[in-house]
Amino acid sequence: MTALLEISGLSKAYPGVVANDDVSFSIQPGEVHALLGENGAGKSTLVKMIYGLVKPDHGTMRLKGAPYAPAEPRAARAAGVAMVFQHFSLFEALSVAENIALGMEDPPKPRDLAARIRDVSHAYGLPLDPFRLVGDLSAGERQRVEIIRCLLQDPKLLIMDEPTSVLTPQEVEILFQTLRKLAAEGTAILYISHKLEEIRTLCDAATILRLGRKVGECTPRAVSAAHMAEMMVGKSLAQPARDTHTPGAVLLAVKGLSLPATTPFGTSLQDISFLVHAGEVLGIGGVAGNGQDELLAALSGEINAVPETITLNGLPIGALGPNARREKGVLCAPEERLGHAAAPEMTLTENAVLTARIRRGLDQSGFVDWARARRFAQEIITRFDVRTPGTEVAARALSGGNLQKFVIGREILQDPTVLVVNQPTWGVDASAAAAIRQALLDLAQGGAAVIVISQDLDELLEISDRFCALNEGRLSPARDARALSMEEIGLMLGGAHDMAEVVA
Amino acid sequence: MIVDPVTLMVALITVATPVLLAAIGELVVEKAGVLNLGVEGMMIMGAVCGFVVAHHSGSAALGFAAGMAGGAALAMLFAILTQLLMANQVASGLALTLFGLGLAALIGVGYGGLPLPTVYRPFPEALRDIPVAGPIVFSHSVLVYVALMLVAAVWVVLTRTRIGLVLRAVGENHDAAHALGYKVVRIRIAAILFGGACAGLGGAFLSVVRVQNWLEGMTAGAGWIALALVVFASWKPWRVLLGAWLFGGIAALQLRLQAAEVGVPVALLDASPYLITIIVLVIISSDRSRAALSAPAMLGRIFHTSG
Amino acid sequence: MIALEKRPQPARGWVIGAPLLAVVLTMIAGGIMFAALGKDPVGAIRIIFWDPLFSEQFSGYSRPQLLVKAGPLILIAIGLSLGFRAGIWNIGAEGQYIVGAICGAAFGLAFWPSTHPLIFPGMVLAGLLGGVLWAMIPALLRVYARTNEILVSLLLVYVAEAMLASAATGWLRNPDGAGFPGSRNLARHAGTDNPELIAGTGMHWGVLAAFVAVIAAYVIMTRHVLGYQIRLAGQAPRAARFGGVNAGRLVILCMGVSGALAGMAGLFEVSGPAGRISIDFNVGYGFTAIIVAFLGRLNPIGILLAGLLLALTFIGGELAQLMLGIPAPAIQAFQGMLLFFLLALDVLANYRVKLKRRVAA
Repeated sequence: MTALLEISGLSKAYPGVVANDDVSFSIQPGEVHALLGENGAGKSTLVKMIYGLVKPDHGTMRLKGAPYAPAEPRAARAAGVAMVFQHFSLFEALSVAENIALGMEDPPKPRDLAARIRDVSHAYGLPLDPFRLVGDLSAGERQRVEIIRCLLQDPKLLIMDEPTSVLTPQEVEILFQTLRKLAAEGTAILYISHKLEEIRTLCDAATILRLGRKVGECTPRAVSAAHMAEMMVGKSLAQPARDTHTPGAVLLAVKGLSLPATTPFGTSLQDISFLVHAGEVLGIGGVAGNGQDELLAALSGEINAVPETITLNGLPIGALGPNARREKGVLCAPEERLGHAAAPEMTLTENAVLTARIRRGLDQSGFVDWARARRFAQEIITRFDVRTPGTEVAARALSGGNLQKFVIGREILQDPTVLVVNQPTWGVDASAAAAIRQALLDLAQGGAAVIVISQDLDELLEISDRFCALNEGRLSPARDARALSMEEIGLMLGGAHDMAEVVA
Repeated sequence: MIVDPVTLMVALITVATPVLLAAIGELVVEKAGVLNLGVEGMMIMGAVCGFVVAHHSGSAALGFAAGMAGGAALAMLFAILTQLLMANQVASGLALTLFGLGLAALIGVGYGGLPLPTVYRPFPEALRDIPVAGPIVFSHSVLVYVALMLVAAVWVVLTRTRIGLVLRAVGENHDAAHALGYKVVRIRIAAILFGGACAGLGGAFLSVVRVQNWLEGMTAGAGWIALALVVFASWKPWRVLLGAWLFGGIAALQLRLQAAEVGVPVALLDASPYLITIIVLVIISSDRSRAALSAPAMLGRIFHTSG
Repeated sequence: MIALEKRPQPARGWVIGAPLLAVVLTMIAGGIMFAALGKDPVGAIRIIFWDPLFSEQFSGYSRPQLLVKAGPLILIAIGLSLGFRAGIWNIGAEGQYIVGAICGAAFGLAFWPSTHPLIFPGMVLAGLLGGVLWAMIPALLRVYARTNEILVSLLLVYVAEAMLASAATGWLRNPDGAGFPGSRNLARHAGTDNPELIAGTGMHWGVLAAFVAVIAAYVIMTRHVLGYQIRLAGQAPRAARFGGVNAGRLVILCMGVSGALAGMAGLFEVSGPAGRISIDFNVGYGFTAIIVAFLGRLNPIGILLAGLLLALTFIGGELAQLMLGIPAPAIQAFQGMLLFFLLALDVLANYRVKLKRRVAA
């Protein structure tokens, strides 16, 4: 049997980085093939070359035995290669059917297309209404749009880039059934992930990348997750260390917090209540787009709420702005590093001033003390091992992991009473992620209250004392994180709040 | 009665046509995610090119074609700056207006008051003489009907065709459109050129048909009004028509009131089209949900791809 | 195939080099334009850029004019640059300039013919407030009704021009002027005049105010928290909100300052070089100042230099009109061209230009 896709010696270099170096592997028809690697291992660049978005510097590809070098995605699609992106390439203000038509070479008439969307989406257990605006859909539903768009092209090879990062455990199960059905029909699937258990459940073969090079291949079902992790990371990582402790007094209390959505496709917060104690890590899970950004904005003071709905040590702070809250010790690190937590074009020194001006005394009677700001930036760089040529480098020149260390370090070094972080390790390499988690645990150990909002359940279970889930702007009651099963978490994430109590 | 409603309606349609043409072009540009603030400059270039060519050739049609070419040529400069050299769109648009006003004035030196050919009217005398409907519906020059057809065509293309869908997609999310393999920059350049041609045609209508003369700075803010109309219309073609007629109505009415010497200060009448445009803008913009929903998401953003 | 690759940070050399190269390219393109008009290109460029400063025949008159014309340009551009840096596009400075002039002149004329020493300071204050008032309309509408300030501030220029026409022909018209439009001459009346402070230099109160504005803006932008917040709001609005910047207050502040400076510039002009309110006393400084602000890279020192350069093109343009018969609008096109080249060359500061071989598909 000839391989469906054969890749040999693919290389791609960007200025300063070699994204892929001499990568070769092949995929058989009907095979679910995993591409495994850390963030920055070169998975995305590799699939972009297969999909015609990036041209390789060296190397060749063969599809069904014939030379294959797509000049653009259109050519890739014509050859039977389809791709579901990690960050969806969807248009919020357009309908499901319009979005799907845009991904097709020769779409049928709108009415016929709508009928086909209904048929195919039902056949694969992914129901969709063709006339709804994509902006109104949940992350899971948006992924369905992408998948249906691919399936209507009848692809020979389907590339899926980190598809489960936006799904609840139940939705993951549905997706896997769909993928298995497709594979059984002969479609090959290239499945990109860094989640080992998923790969062991789903995939027939795996290629492992590290720092742009292929470091091994295996049959996932036949080897242990630990073995794959070692190949992926190249060294064994220290698990974050933590001592058991009894939580202290309540520091931050949120009671009955409701906020209307601020953007057309935003989420409104509804009657959110929770407590965080000194020395405690509260994990807030949830699939993207369920109100995480809005909750962080309400806690940081970027959106004002009714004063009494948020209290710190019993004093109302709900109506205070970001700087007034910082003065009182409530600090935040938003999800979006570039453009929200840091100004991309500004230097690290200038970005240090962004949030630390008041607590670190970086200004005097309205004038910025730049020497002092530079020293503080240097302190963050040293203490949190931020890899950068210096303090006068623009924030956007740093890698994701290094900038995230800088952002988290900037807040931690201000000695917060309460620290709220959203997606602290998103897009960060494993060693930086481990360092960040350890820093958060150390902070709680020192008596601060830490709130971690994240979509990464493994991360939350690893570091949280208590866990609650955000679903469509509502927050479930918090439960002891150590006593939760994956199934219970799935129900909480899916919005079955009452169920959670019944199960408890 | 100080103002005759029939002549007012006729004047309204004539006054509205230049801004309508410019606005429908700018709507297409903005739908593609590009904010071109140079409409005023492109219009005045259209006005002077149209006038000069119509005068020398003796053909109004050639004048209109020259107006479109003049507007599109200026738009090409904007396209090079913003799409190929990734310059800031606000600054480039302003530069276009400042440059266009200067260049047009330079080209037009000595042309003021020169004679022009007459413009073709598509409907026969008999139809034009019908009372009320004759002057209002059938008396206009051909470009007035072209402008109306253009509105309909833009509406059909944007909502019913694949080209329109792709154009809207580029304006909503250029990264996603690029990922699907659409040529974002090429599509935008085409839209910008279309917008420039429309603005130029509007300018040519102004000099060749409406005023029938060349005056320095004769657009007098019409380009800016056109930009405001696009916002007013929430990026919907038919509402651009409505807005243009509203503006045309006020502008035509105030001229008649001035002529009739009613007891309203001339300065206020002069300023009324601009003031009312501002008021309408305020009303539209403060409607939170609608304003945010209808603006193309990528409006004014720079698209750059690495790789 | 040419590809652009974003630099990790703007290249320092090009930040300064681009405006200089833009000036050179504009001279070349302008020369071509003058040649197309049938004029001697080298001569025209020399008359515009060299003769006003160094020719024995003209420099006596032209040199002081440099400060006279640069003063309002710099004063307005400094105000605009604060807003432009914060992403607030006040492009109606021309209107604020006109309204400032009308308000200031009206104050002085209200006390006519008094020569009380407080009249001129009162006129400056009235001009400043007039500019602020006119700028507050787009500012407040942007903050409270989220209306686009570009369109509103620009449309208000036409409203201001209508006001100016009515002032010059009506309520501010010189009662002793035999019915001709235009107000009394403020510059020829002690108490309302904005005199040349040092003879032969062109230095008047407005020029002094422009220099003070340059220094103040420099200190604010580089050292003060406000300058930091302005830059932050312009570069990363969401980060600015996270950093505790009140966006609405910043809009009102930046628009207010630029309105104040434009209004003052109007008053200084109408009580000095222009002399009186007339239908066309404004010569487009409010628009040219936009070019000055960009050419000066929104940097106070850069604006100072750019203001002097654009003033030179005004003076040189008049001279070229006189000597070579080059039409006046040519200078406006010339100035627009300068902004084009600058914007085009900016790409070199932010991107690295790479030549790539096309990969065989």
